[in-house]
Amino acid sequence: MTADMTADLADRTTSGRRVPLIDGIEKVTGRARYTADLDSGNALVGRVLRSPVSHADIVRLDVSKARALDGVVCVVTGDDCPYTYGVLPVAMNEYPMARERVRYRGEPLAAVAAVDAATAERALELIELEFRVLPAYYTSADARASGATLLHDNKPGNLEREVHHEFGDWRAGFASADLVREDTISCAEINHAQIEPHATLADYDPLTGRLTIQSVSQVIYYLHLMLARCLAMDTSQIRIIKPFIGGGFGARVEALNFEIINALLARAANGRVMTQLTREETFLTHRARPQTDVKLRLGMRRDGRITACDCEVVQRGGAYAGYGIVTILYAGALLQGIYDIPAIKYDGYRVYANLPPCGAMRGHGGVHTRHAFECLLDRMARELGLDPFEVRRVNLLHAPTRTLNDLMVNSYGLAECLDKVQRASKWAQRIGKLPPGKGLGMACSHYVSGAAKPIHWTGEPHATVNVRLDFDGGITALTGAADIGQGSSTMVAIAVAETLGISLDRVRVIAADTAITPKDNGAYSSRITFMVGNAAIDAARQMKAILVEAAARKLEARPDDVECIGEVFRVDAGGQSSLPFAEVVKAALIDRGPITVSGTFTCPPESQGGKHRGGAVGSTMGFSYAAQVVEVTVDEATAQVTVDKVWTALDCGHAINVLAVEGQIEGSVWMGMGQALSEETRYADGLPLHASLLEYRVPTIIESPPIEVHIVESHDPLGPFGAKEASEGALAGFPPALVNAVANATGVDMNELPVTPDRLMDMLVARRRRERLGKARRAAS
Amino acid sequence: MQRETAPGGKRLLRIRLNGRWREDAVGDNQLLVDYLRDVARLTGVKTGCDGGECGACAVLVDGEAVPACITLAARCEGRSVETIEGLAAQGRPSRLQQAFHEKLGAQCGFCTPGMIMAAEALLRRNPRPSEQDIRQALSGNLCRCTGYVKIIESVQTAAEMAP
Repeated sequence: MTADMTADLADRTTSGRRVPLIDGIEKVTGRARYTADLDSGNALVGRVLRSPVSHADIVRLDVSKARALDGVVCVVTGDDCPYTYGVLPVAMNEYPMARERVRYRGEPLAAVAAVDAATAERALELIELEFRVLPAYYTSADARASGATLLHDNKPGNLEREVHHEFGDWRAGFASADLVREDTISCAEINHAQIEPHATLADYDPLTGRLTIQSVSQVIYYLHLMLARCLAMDTSQIRIIKPFIGGGFGARVEALNFEIINALLARAANGRVMTQLTREETFLTHRARPQTDVKLRLGMRRDGRITACDCEVVQRGGAYAGYGIVTILYAGALLQGIYDIPAIKYDGYRVYANLPPCGAMRGHGGVHTRHAFECLLDRMARELGLDPFEVRRVNLLHAPTRTLNDLMVNSYGLAECLDKVQRASKWAQRIGKLPPGKGLGMACSHYVSGAAKPIHWTGEPHATVNVRLDFDGGITALTGAADIGQGSSTMVAIAVAETLGISLDRVRVIAADTAITPKDNGAYSSRITFMVGNAAIDAARQMKAILVEAAARKLEARPDDVECIGEVFRVDAGGQSSLPFAEVVKAALIDRGPITVSGTFTCPPESQGGKHRGGAVGSTMGFSYAAQVVEVTVDEATAQVTVDKVWTALDCGHAINVLAVEGQIEGSVWMGMGQALSEETRYADGLPLHASLLEYRVPTIIESPPIEVHIVESHDPLGPFGAKEASEGALAGFPPALVNAVANATGVDMNELPVTPDRLMDMLVARRRRERLGKARRAAS
Repeated sequence: MQRETAPGGKRLLRIRLNGRWREDAVGDNQLLVDYLRDVARLTGVKTGCDGGECGACAVLVDGEAVPACITLAARCEGRSVETIEGLAAQGRPSRLQQAFHEKLGAQCGFCTPGMIMAAEALLRRNPRPSEQDIRQALSGNLCRCTGYVKIIESVQTAAEMAP
């Protein structure tokens, strides 16, 4: 395998270049059809009735008047679906529409399909509701208080999951430290805010009993499973087609309530129903990064070496389970895999509260603990008089290695990332010498290239790609992988073209249609490049073997001596006899007719994590690594922070498509900036105050800085062409680099995210007061 | 959304849409975005928010970029409206479309039509914009994928291409 890899790299035709997306022209011309674009006028309009209260028993839900309204085709309620759903088999505690009890404002109660939107909306107003209101909790502390009413009867203390992990002798580690510091850092809940609002189109054919869904999903396989479960249908009767998707970032990595509700409506209506959510409803559907408190204690030797880590995380998870167990496990597991830490204690608490359920968001689980960790490293470096870069360097891992919690690290380019951003930002020349109000900060981060244990364990390969060839000479790659804008279909095309030695134009990719493409777990945990990329290479190699054999027969040569470069098959390099691709295709088809091969990828057992409870979370084939430097200007009069420039370096193993890798790094760094500076969901008694793109402050182009990207290639031994993920790893470094830069500029250590002007102003005022007081005291003495 | 019967009256709208005059009956309260998407079937015009927040629906009305989601269709009587679908002449992508494709100014592509139309309005009035000009002109268009880095590059590249 290694020899082959080297050959692939040497013969590189496409991989490592800047390749525009293969579906890019459709996007820039407006031809790309997203879910909301698919209704050509004949679908019924679906609308969802949502709970006006945060926590209550449902006493009465009467839809008879709505049902009787002219133009209403059907109404569904919780009575129509007695099955729970959820992404984790062990934590399916949510109904598509509430039954007996509602647990957050905005939770679906009922839905209507009508001939037009106005009728559907009038029908919702005719639904009569009566509740017996229960105490509601909007903070982790209130929900955990003794005597609090339970959201779920089987979850005492309103705790969804507690995690207690200990690796190494942390007591001895702290005892041997020269400096121990503890900080508590609080991070606001944020939202994905993908620009495409949620939408879903369902077709139910009453004659065949078949259901066809087109929806905004990143994970059509999991959606498929949940639709079959909630509609009590055989999976074979359901087809899911993924249209163009307007961004995901984790918003759509589990089946969502409106997708199931709309399918229930289509079946009840015996027809076609489109439900498009408003932006407000898209925010209510949520499933994003939870409000989190991180209490972190680190021990450090005088030379910067970390001796022990003790971390307590409390996540306010919202009203239902979702991905919660995974999120709270990730928060602990991803303390590891980036630095060499001799002992770690982790205590995690995932709390239920009467708010929209949280879920997975870019950098899932790791962002807040990484933030706290990198802030603390900087503060301790300052106390010990060490440079922030040097503190990271003395704690680097040495690959290949396994972490304390049994995660596999085969490739590790963090040292090079540090070198690149330190040089590019002229750190050494500038740190400590900047004018007032200016600051530099840095941080590191990492992320998994796919969860090595899938959510639904089936024993199947982790990815399958089919490649077919017919008389026309076109190569078609069939993949279930969901391209949501990250360029995964382009990655598959490059992997196939490069392996076969053919032009990219010859490859067509058909993605994510359950009737045509092989099952794929979907776009989450940055799994596609590593897993689907390897499966695509495997399929292309099989196809190549068939073609080479056919060419060898015609050329009267041994297959081992035949190579295909630039669509020409030759005997040895520079050999006389050669055959064009079209002729080899004809020869290959004579024996077998149209050819389909199936390539797979399976994560080896040693990549699948430790045997301890929860040990599978965090396990991966390879981690990406990132370092970044952020330069800020702080206006002390307004406490406004401006990001002047970002330098970032990411080890993605190998950049299969340099253009896409840059785009992913820029996008993830920038998303980290939004979380660091302005993004925050806010609720008043469970009522969202943020549910528009004006109130939820995503950075505009005006406040977005230049981002200088450096790609580091550590060539992972198991990655496709040596590649690892590139879409998530850089995100978590931004918030701490920003907070460290603000500290450098102002002398103020921010313990809350986002660093909004009001929060920073409070700290600046307190600092000035301290300074004045100090001065007065000195004068008095 | 769509197909609502207007509580107010209806009128005949005469509009020059992507270079061609056409007439349609529209409700007095019909939004331009609904007219374009549901009547003219120009689904390149996107809805990303609940009104005037994101810029995904930006189209040109007499050459000015406006959000179609807070513009009444009836206000466009006798005026020229251009959408992303009108930019590619005989199927050939415009300079901006080419540049957004080649420079990866579009990732998921959902904000792209509005982004390109806002940039188109800019380049028509200012063929050599500075980076600051580009930032100002696109400040009403939100993108969640790119961090705007490659969007700025795309507009700069388009400005440098021969028309």
